[in-house]
Amino acid sequence: MNELCQLTIHEAHELLKRRGISSVELTKATLKRVDELESKVHACVTITEDIALKAAEKVDNYIKTSNEITPLTGIPTLIKDVICTKGIRTTCSSKMLENFIPPYNATVIEKLKAQKAVIIGKTNMDEFAMGSSTEHSAFFPTHNPWDLSRVPGGSSGGSAVGIATDEAIYALGSDTGGSIRQPAGFCSVVGLKPTYGRVSRFGLVAFASSLDQIGPITKDVTDCALVMNAIAGYDPRDSTSVPYPVPDYTRQLIPDLKGLRIGIPQEYFVEGMQKEVRAALELAIGKLQELGAEIDWEAHLPHTKYALAAYYILAPSEASANLARYDGVKYGFSHQNASNVIETTEKTRQFGFGPEVKRRIMLGTYALSAGYYDAYYLKAQKVRTLIKQEFDQAFQKYDALVAPTSPTTAFKLGEKLEDPMQMYLSDVCTLPINIAGIPAISIPAGFANGLPIGMQIMGKPFDEETLLHIAFAYEQATDWHKRKPPL
Amino acid sequence: MIYDIVIGLEVHAQLLTKSKMFCSCSTDYVNAPPNTHVCPVCLAMPGVLPAINKKAVEYTVMTALALNCTILEYTKFDRKSYFYPDLMKGYQISQYDAPIGKGGWLTIDSNGVEKKINITRVHLEEDVAKLWHRGNHSLIDVNRSGVPLMETVSEPEISSPEEARDYLIKLRNILRYLGVSTGNMEEGSFRCDANISIRPSGSKEFLPKVEVKNMNSLRGVYQAMAYESKRQREVLDEGGKLVQETRGWIAEEGITVSQRAKEYANDYRYFPEPDLPPLVLDRARIEEIRAKLPELPEARRERFMTQYSLPVYDGNILTNSKALADYFENCLKLMDRSKAKVLSNWMLGDFSRLLNATNTEVENAKISPEQLAEMLGLVDNNTISGPAAKEVLEEMFHSGKRASDIVVERKLSQISDATEIKEVVKQVIADNAKAVADYNKGKQQALTFLTGQVMKATRGRANTALVREILIQELGGK
Repeated sequence: MNELCQLTIHEAHELLKRRGISSVELTKATLKRVDELESKVHACVTITEDIALKAAEKVDNYIKTSNEITPLTGIPTLIKDVICTKGIRTTCSSKMLENFIPPYNATVIEKLKAQKAVIIGKTNMDEFAMGSSTEHSAFFPTHNPWDLSRVPGGSSGGSAVGIATDEAIYALGSDTGGSIRQPAGFCSVVGLKPTYGRVSRFGLVAFASSLDQIGPITKDVTDCALVMNAIAGYDPRDSTSVPYPVPDYTRQLIPDLKGLRIGIPQEYFVEGMQKEVRAALELAIGKLQELGAEIDWEAHLPHTKYALAAYYILAPSEASANLARYDGVKYGFSHQNASNVIETTEKTRQFGFGPEVKRRIMLGTYALSAGYYDAYYLKAQKVRTLIKQEFDQAFQKYDALVAPTSPTTAFKLGEKLEDPMQMYLSDVCTLPINIAGIPAISIPAGFANGLPIGMQIMGKPFDEETLLHIAFAYEQATDWHKRKPPL
Repeated sequence: MIYDIVIGLEVHAQLLTKSKMFCSCSTDYVNAPPNTHVCPVCLAMPGVLPAINKKAVEYTVMTALALNCTILEYTKFDRKSYFYPDLMKGYQISQYDAPIGKGGWLTIDSNGVEKKINITRVHLEEDVAKLWHRGNHSLIDVNRSGVPLMETVSEPEISSPEEARDYLIKLRNILRYLGVSTGNMEEGSFRCDANISIRPSGSKEFLPKVEVKNMNSLRGVYQAMAYESKRQREVLDEGGKLVQETRGWIAEEGITVSQRAKEYANDYRYFPEPDLPPLVLDRARIEEIRAKLPELPEARRERFMTQYSLPVYDGNILTNSKALADYFENCLKLMDRSKAKVLSNWMLGDFSRLLNATNTEVENAKISPEQLAEMLGLVDNNTISGPAAKEVLEEMFHSGKRASDIVVERKLSQISDATEIKEVVKQVIADNAKAVADYNKGKQQALTFLTGQVMKATRGRANTALVREILIQELGGK
């Protein structure tokens, strides 16, 4: 394997700045890696080789004449195919949008472009981000590079695999119930779900608008902070983004955890949890203690057990409205063999959406229907409020909470595909965080039988800095993040 | 059996904002080619988000205040879901249980008595695209999609087609005074759906109501309400049963036809719009808007009555149209204020007659307030007589010429020269022996007739008072 594609953002940036390498070289290295590995892992839906090389050439010309290069300048990246890229098809891994080319960029893409990032492709995902294994892609499943017979997690499986395999230097994902963190945990990379409102959702194809958030998937914590520096911030085009100032997220990257109080919520160590995951987490938490953190092993978030049920009311309800725009009239897939407009819409949706998307549209439509709204949607909103309050209270005592990212390591392809409930349970540790709107990061924290284990660190709203601080200190003290999958 | 009519009106008014409700596209689409005022947001492309138009919120607050509503401090938007090709997102962003304004009222004239009609709510939503049906296919023009739409819902307290029409005139007038909507029904910027039912006189029960749509003029609303109340009465009188349904008004045939029964109506599955945080309407801001509200029709009527000593009839008609009241005041500014009643007489008389006959809005009339003031000045200084002034006004109305030019062209200036008048009088006396004889027998009407003949002979130019004086003199002074 060539070494260039193994670089992190900060390493590549130093080399670009010293003109030790060019962006074209770096981009070619990653494209070559993509070429070598895609037949095994299927991380990408679209490779934008020509666009990437042109962009890299432009960057190299720019670097020749300028000393002002920002950390992401000239660095190759992969974008989850749910984030709109102008002129590059954005499929959401759905037949419905298989040939959809947006005439606009998502705000995060504008921000990356402002830093002269180089987009090399769009990554596979569960259709419309609905799923936890990337098996619900309408095109093909993505494979876990640590064991090709296993899932990479989802829905941002393609982005996580792309980074775990060095197909790109960093990637963007989106997280509605764990879609960045769970695949990051399954693939041994760093994945951050920012606070709701921290990163603009404009151009992120909506699954569940009140839960969706874009975030970085990177090889280490420093890179995660650098990507956050680029993408965070208020956007007038997203009314739910928050006009708080954006800190320099690298500011708190220090290896010492003295004075930090960390709670370990017992409810996240669920029944049926894999014993190796528990053991790895206990070791990792011990390490945090060694680094100076004050650990409370007896933290409690008793409403956690209602989170899954509430999530599967709220997210599908919003999805049922968000996906109503795909009617075969304006763009995307349109079933032509119909005799009237109603039939066109019905057949377009029948053949354009996959089974999991249809399941969630039906769940949501049912939950919002007259006579059921109070019992389902309204009740779930109340649970949401309780879960939020519970986190607020916990954060009066703790600076952060630590738990596993998932109760198990990566499962086999096909293992949970026919059992939606088992599939939903794989997000049991991540979705309460979306419900509360708080930030959480998953970082590599060990292995069991050669499969990665993720540690999840949850923080106060808009306090991504503390999460990055803890993650950085742990990363400095361990070398899980340096392991590469045996390909 | 005698029945009472129960009508509730839902009015949708497009707001006069520059840009659309949730994106920056221009709302000025009426003469634009199809699909030229569109962007990813109003086309509902994947991943786009709405951003609230603040001006539209302000306009809705203004309207709600003018309609005596309570302004909710905490208001929000909701999604209303249904499938129709004119609805880009598959849901409309509207307001469900926290509208901007709640619980207001306006007053209408009901058989000469003021009647209060309560307003349930005033809320903000977005317009849909326009469908063009062409044979076996349809075309979509998305220009209208996302234009701010304000909905005002009345309580079911309107009791006749006349009241329904008066309510709409009143509401439209308020919107025009506020400058928030053109209120133009024919162009579709002011649309009305009516819920109508009947019940045995004095009863408090509600029988199945019919929602009537597609009425695109005030006349249409009046006729549809008259038709529908009669239809319902006949159904009941024949022992039939009324069903709750939606009916469309077919103006050409003057009937309503069933569109769909209510039991198959959509379940709109309202839920709070997650893309827009709740809107907190700051009290101080509300008071600021309230303080800046322009003068409303009723206040203006009172002022017209006190400031210009106009009778209530004149005040009502003049102020019932903002344009007419503005015209009146612009004109009066150039005149002696003591002539207010004279001006009002002209405006409500000949001028209004000409406007109505040609179906012209006052703001589009060729006669400017300055020109009317000039014409009245010519009457006032005896340059032209009253009858000549009518002729001048008509000519001004059609050609847009100045009164003074018309007077010269048509040689209409008043004849106040006694010698000249005497000539005509003599001729009239000679030609009308019978009338002269009647006069001599003491019939006073004969004098009026003879005066008329003189005026006719001078094409209305003679000074009437002088004519009368000279006539009496020539007839022998009786």
